[in-house]
Amino acid sequence: MNALASNAAAFLDAEPWRLLVWLAALLGFVALNAAYLVWVERKSAGRFQRRPGPTEVGPAGLLQPVADGLKLMAKQLVVPAGADSALFRAAPLMVIAPVLMGLAVIPFGRGLAALDLNVGLLMIFALGSINVMAIMLGAWASRNKYSLMAAGRMVSQNIAYEIPMLLVVTTMAMVTGTLDLNQIVAQQAGAFWHWNLFRLWVNPLMPVTFLIYYACMLAETNRAPFDMAEAESELVAGAYTEYAGMGFGVFFMAEYANIVLGCSLATVLFLGGWHSPFGLLPGLAWFLLKMYFLVFSVIWVRWTFPRTQFYVLLNLSWKILIPVSLLTLILSAAIIKIPKALS
Amino acid sequence: MVGAPIAPHPAAIAPKETFVLNLGPQHPATHGVLRIKMTMDGEYVDRAEPVCGYIHRMHEKMGENRTYAQFLPNTGRIDYLSAMHYTHAFVSVVERAAGIQVPPRAEFIRVITSELNRISSHLVWWGAFLLDLGGFTPLLYAFEDRERILDLLEGITGARLTYCYYRFGGLCNDVDDTFLEGTRQFIAKMRPRLKMYRALVTDNIILRKRLIGIGPISAELCRRYGATGPVLRGSGVTYDVRKAEPYSVYPELEFDVPTFPEGDSMARYLVRMEELAQSLRIIEQALGKLPSGPVMAEKVPRVLKLPAGDFCFAVEAARGRFMVRVVSDNKEVPYRVKLRTPCLSNLSLFEEASRGLFLADALALLGSLDLVIPDIDR
Amino acid sequence: MNETVPNPAPPLQAVDYRLKGYHLEAMVAPDQVVPAARAMDEQGFSLDTITGVDWLAQEQMEVVYDYFHPARGLRTVVRARIPRDQPEIPTISGVFPGANWHERETHDFFGIRFLEHPDLSPFLLPEDADFHPLRKDYTA
Repeated sequence: MNALASNAAAFLDAEPWRLLVWLAALLGFVALNAAYLVWVERKSAGRFQRRPGPTEVGPAGLLQPVADGLKLMAKQLVVPAGADSALFRAAPLMVIAPVLMGLAVIPFGRGLAALDLNVGLLMIFALGSINVMAIMLGAWASRNKYSLMAAGRMVSQNIAYEIPMLLVVTTMAMVTGTLDLNQIVAQQAGAFWHWNLFRLWVNPLMPVTFLIYYACMLAETNRAPFDMAEAESELVAGAYTEYAGMGFGVFFMAEYANIVLGCSLATVLFLGGWHSPFGLLPGLAWFLLKMYFLVFSVIWVRWTFPRTQFYVLLNLSWKILIPVSLLTLILSAAIIKIPKALS
Repeated sequence: MVGAPIAPHPAAIAPKETFVLNLGPQHPATHGVLRIKMTMDGEYVDRAEPVCGYIHRMHEKMGENRTYAQFLPNTGRIDYLSAMHYTHAFVSVVERAAGIQVPPRAEFIRVITSELNRISSHLVWWGAFLLDLGGFTPLLYAFEDRERILDLLEGITGARLTYCYYRFGGLCNDVDDTFLEGTRQFIAKMRPRLKMYRALVTDNIILRKRLIGIGPISAELCRRYGATGPVLRGSGVTYDVRKAEPYSVYPELEFDVPTFPEGDSMARYLVRMEELAQSLRIIEQALGKLPSGPVMAEKVPRVLKLPAGDFCFAVEAARGRFMVRVVSDNKEVPYRVKLRTPCLSNLSLFEEASRGLFLADALALLGSLDLVIPDIDR
Repeated sequence: MNETVPNPAPPLQAVDYRLKGYHLEAMVAPDQVVPAARAMDEQGFSLDTITGVDWLAQEQMEVVYDYFHPARGLRTVVRARIPRDQPEIPTISGVFPGANWHERETHDFFGIRFLEHPDLSPFLLPEDADFHPLRKDYTA
């Protein structure tokens, strides 16, 4: 029995089986998140609005996501007449795949990363842009004026917010000196004042950098108050108007997976990854705590603020966030390089 | 040749490409069944043409087939959110023509219930407007306050929305102490809520960016289209039917008419928020001055026949000036009932006011006009 | 047309406001409604509403124009009578753009044709309606 177990362990430790097991686990994680983050969102929305939220299906409405999933799967995936059938069907797949790949490089705990890449940070952002193109393709393939308008807005919003996001990430890469996410987390070992968020001697504007990252993450994942593309009460369901059933379900799943990816990256870059501030729980638990705290704040923001207009959104990015993030980049570069040059 | 004018390249004088976007009749942002045919030039509105009539029920024809008393329930269903005001106008025009004197207690109670109705109507507008702008939560807070008003009014009228409480000569029944005490408690609870709404919503930077300077409407535009109510007061004109053509016991009560000169969506928003506070003030004074006595005039004929001729009465409803004109030929059924509703005049200026706006701004303008479509269509 | 007085004021008469609900009224000929509207406009009045009354017994239709003054609170009524078998009257939408919809509605209900109106298509009735419900001889 022990021999069998140790044989199995040895087998699974070998690539590529280890990676496949990890990817399957990540797929399960994403699916579970998509299902139960919806429950958290609906319950939170209810409580913010002084009502209970879902309570009927299952205890405290916990089986509501199951009911919703069954409903979506039972619906017919209607491809509109005249729509580009291949692109229409491919778009949801193109949206979910890059997110899964991005989650593969996140270190969830000590030694708990699917892939140990030394350019993990770069890979996440390389794949992240595919998301935008996939939604654009889906909207264009739908042959619907509303979808097209919404997708056009979404593309210009995402381009505008991609830039400060990358500037912020470049600043962090400079501050930590590496693109390897495991190394970034390792640098933040110790009590919580070792976290990158408090590393003010290298980048005095670090909290501002974090806020810019947070705002860009909201914009990149199309969450309120930056949800131009989707929940706009002007454009019906925006880019997803023609999607029914599981096609819409996959877009939905991808949106929550993107939020999880964005918050995981924020945890890794700024909040110390899986390091605990004062012991007690294993690393994985702390990582999930920090990550879900950020996810809850994203949900909180959605139900509190109204939406901005489109041009205000773009102005915020081009006129405020980009100059400020450039400033932090130059400041950090100066602080890192000048003492070295002088000595 | 040097000096000869060069003809412009054909591409330089190409017409702009527009497409038609149909908003409604079923749409989250139009409050009721309104269809707007928007000709869009990219993100800009080139021409917005409202198409009405989807909920036309022909109340004016019904007015010619029913006696005056039978028409009373119709009045509550024209603008269901401020039903008390509309019933007040119809009841008052008949009282004016027939010379019926309403006892003072009934007049004060009419004012109290009308102002409570104004508050509940403005709360619905506030929640729905913010829903249009993407803030989902204030609607639920507004409805919580509105529930208290609805419970109060249900206790005396039996209805939650389409009240038919006033009768020719007074009211159908008197109020009891539960109502009076409940209204006092409501006022005490509502004032801190208004402060919270100001801090949480009105002063929110995103809302201010969304409304300040958006959708300007000048006083002259209002005059040419006959716009009234908060739309007119948000453009700097202090016109309120309660002060211009005083009726009921409003002359005995002290209240201000909030007016803001900017003419943008924020001004119209602030007018309605201020009106909430002023309505609370009116109710408080009316409660203090409420006399005892009968609530119904003596000797109101069972079968009402108005003298021949036409008679008008105007009230300040929640959305603007509502006027009823009754043409009578001395029969028990009116010859003609004309309902002049505020939302029709308010919407008619939308086509001119929305030219060249962004779609999001045009919808903010539409929301700030506070439309109830059955009011337009009748 | 009187050249020296381009917008002759309509012959307004005072009315008992407490009984009728308006302060001044005038009866004008159908071709005088536009000058009357211009006079009201110059005085600063706003258009309240336009409506019709079908006087079947007298074989006439009456078009009633209501005006209110935002600053002075005055209410004015201008009336015009037109023959029932040829119900035509000039439009005042050139003076008050708000009259556009009121006249469309009056046309819907009574069949009164407003001459030179930009678009007299049905406003509240269906697009293909060819009946006028508020006429006294209308049967469903």
